[in-house]
Amino acid sequence: MTDLGTLATEPLFGLPLPALWFALLFAMLGTFLFLDGFDFGAGALFGVREDETERETVLAAIGPFWDGNEVWLVVFGGALFAAFPSVYADLFSRHYLLMFGILGALILRGLAPEMYEQRHDAAWQRWWGRAFVAGSVLAPFLLGAFVGNWLAGTERSFTLVGIVVGLAVTALTVVSGTAFLRVKTTGEFHDALGAYGLPAVVGYLLAVVASLGALWVTVPGLRAALVSVPVLALVGLSVLLAAGYVLALRRDHDLLALVASAALTYGLVAVVALALYPAVDPVTGATVQSAIVSTLPLNLMSVGAALLLPLIASYFVVLYSAFSGPAQPTEGY
Amino acid sequence: MVDPVIASRLQFAVTTIVHIIFPVMSMGLAPFLVYFTWKDIRTDEPRYEQLRRFWTKIFAVSFVVGTVTGIVLEFEFGTNFAAFSTTAGELFGGPLAIEGMMAFMLEATFLGVFVFGRERVSDALYFVSSVAVGLGTWLSAVWILIANSWMQTPRGYELATENGQPIVHLVDPVAAYFTPRFTYMYVHMQNSAVLSVSLFMAGVAAYYVFRHHVWGYSVANVGFWEATLKIALVALLVTAPLQVVHGDQYAQHVYETQPQKFAAMEAVWDTERYVPEYIVAFPTSPDQLTDPRAKELFGLGIPGGASWLASGGDPNAEIRGLNEFDTEPPPVAIVFWSFRAMVGLGFWFILLAFWGGYRWWRGQLLEDDLLHKALMGSSLLGIVAVELGWIVTEVGRQPWVIQGVMKTSEGVSPGLTGAEATVTLAGFVLVYTTLLGLYTYVVARIIRAGPPGGEDLRTVPDDRPDPSTPPAEVPADD
Repeated sequence: MTDLGTLATEPLFGLPLPALWFALLFAMLGTFLFLDGFDFGAGALFGVREDETERETVLAAIGPFWDGNEVWLVVFGGALFAAFPSVYADLFSRHYLLMFGILGALILRGLAPEMYEQRHDAAWQRWWGRAFVAGSVLAPFLLGAFVGNWLAGTERSFTLVGIVVGLAVTALTVVSGTAFLRVKTTGEFHDALGAYGLPAVVGYLLAVVASLGALWVTVPGLRAALVSVPVLALVGLSVLLAAGYVLALRRDHDLLALVASAALTYGLVAVVALALYPAVDPVTGATVQSAIVSTLPLNLMSVGAALLLPLIASYFVVLYSAFSGPAQPTEGY
Repeated sequence: MVDPVIASRLQFAVTTIVHIIFPVMSMGLAPFLVYFTWKDIRTDEPRYEQLRRFWTKIFAVSFVVGTVTGIVLEFEFGTNFAAFSTTAGELFGGPLAIEGMMAFMLEATFLGVFVFGRERVSDALYFVSSVAVGLGTWLSAVWILIANSWMQTPRGYELATENGQPIVHLVDPVAAYFTPRFTYMYVHMQNSAVLSVSLFMAGVAAYYVFRHHVWGYSVANVGFWEATLKIALVALLVTAPLQVVHGDQYAQHVYETQPQKFAAMEAVWDTERYVPEYIVAFPTSPDQLTDPRAKELFGLGIPGGASWLASGGDPNAEIRGLNEFDTEPPPVAIVFWSFRAMVGLGFWFILLAFWGGYRWWRGQLLEDDLLHKALMGSSLLGIVAVELGWIVTEVGRQPWVIQGVMKTSEGVSPGLTGAEATVTLAGFVLVYTTLLGLYTYVVARIIRAGPPGGEDLRTVPDDRPDPSTPPAEVPADD
């Protein structure tokens, strides 16, 4: 048979692959939370804007992108399965009902805009509009709850930590959703959107403080990690980023505000990753080293990811540059 | 409360049975869309723009529903089959991850360009995006079927026990991922997707052609539907005969590698030679309904047929009976009847293709009302045949989730309670039925609205007598 012995016996180029995959997983999760996050945020803002043209603009703004954005969740799930199969199995089966809640919200969120565009009568659009908003708000909330529970190492689906982290993630999606829609709009709608930035980002910071407090009180094992230098630095940096975000919005540097919201998202995910490491699942005590898949499949996966991730990045460049500039409410297929 | 094992299996069955419809639609439509896009760009004929835009709408809605139902599948391995995921993750997780990165990403990002970007990108990039979307759908099936075929005919692995749990270790990736089964499955699956979509297109087009040419209604865009019918017939003429050819090869491969499944397909209990191929078989009493050949009341079979098919030409070949295996047999009646219905449909599709081809050749394609009715009635049967085929594949391999290695009952999440599993099962039945209903509704609306461009763009004038004497009906365009 094929000789892949050299691949199998040791890590590729001597790289610390288990730790790299742990980092890569959270990078994928962060990418999903940022990209699909601004879709979710756009969905939430769709809920507070009543004007028909504005609503059509929101749908046109995320239309070409959301599918590709959401695939990052599939990639995250697949990579977790492939790199840490037992963690994938334990984590997902433990939070059984929560997982199905997330999936249900994602179904609503994905289906509703497609349905909304199919018919142009008031009752139909009112109900699918509500479904779109419900999915857009519930999905980040439940995802945040999942991540909070994962970090806290709890076996229960609904916990205080889960709820406050869920709120933080939901607020964060409004932060990035506002910046994204500002990039994609002009005129009155663009100006009106500016007002959502400050309350969203302040809400986010408060929810983060509440999350850290809840973790401090309920999970004593995490206290040392929470006051470690990298975590404190990231929290401090988040406050600066939040201020920069508000300033950028004020001065119409919308793209800069979007970048700031991306940095806030990756910062949040980095805090979670840093607080977990070297564990991957506090409940079972699985660590990065103990739960990692064996060397041969890990090497194969690494080669695959090294080839594919740059390629994927290029698809996103093509997609986002093809649809750069403001969205037109009439745009569709 | 339903037992978690049964509830998980039912839930997975509901998820896959509904989900497979949408990938079949996208994989089957993909080559047509590439062709329409190419012709649209190269010829500037309005007909091809209509074809591209119309079928892209159906592709897009299939893709969205396929995405939302497919994400669920990926997560169900973790939620409901955690023991399987832990045991097989080393082999099974990799293909799923690569599927996401290599195929799903390609499809989802370029779909944005393809659906929304005709006016925004160059012709070349637009064509590339149609190819990328199509390639993405076809590559998805590669990785999913690599994972599935490994479960059917596992190799390239070693079994170890860690912390009391069996763990599959990958030792030979080429052997594990490129099993002979993969080739049979992939060719059969992809051909069936194109075949199913051809039947669907032909059925929808036949409806409008029938209304126009047989009933005499004035149908807007009738030229569009005539073109669709002809394109679909060409695809049908290629795919329908092929399906039976490689289906036969596939069945021989199952006979060699999964004898228990093959015995269930033929309902053979005792090892025999010269086994007839039963077309139908019924038991003597209703208690035996789960076993078509238990105490046979009536059976119609071709002598030596099953042996002949299994071995590829020897009517005297031995078929091992279900009684010879240590494990309990799969539900025999489901496998036996699904297999017969699928094969029967396969032959019906060939007949339809030749019938249509012959009428076209004679110049009577547009007038043959019986053919139109047959095509309309068969428009969804391709998808039915795909479902039946998957039922044979997945029910037939029971009780194994990994053939010979792990039973399905051992693969279910250990901590899962009957209450949790029942709640989500009920939710799934509700949500998936709704999804299927909405999808049908939306596709029906798209079909009723017809292709974009209100008027018929056909350049050749209609030389038949004016058919507008019955009430003129033009599909509502809203």
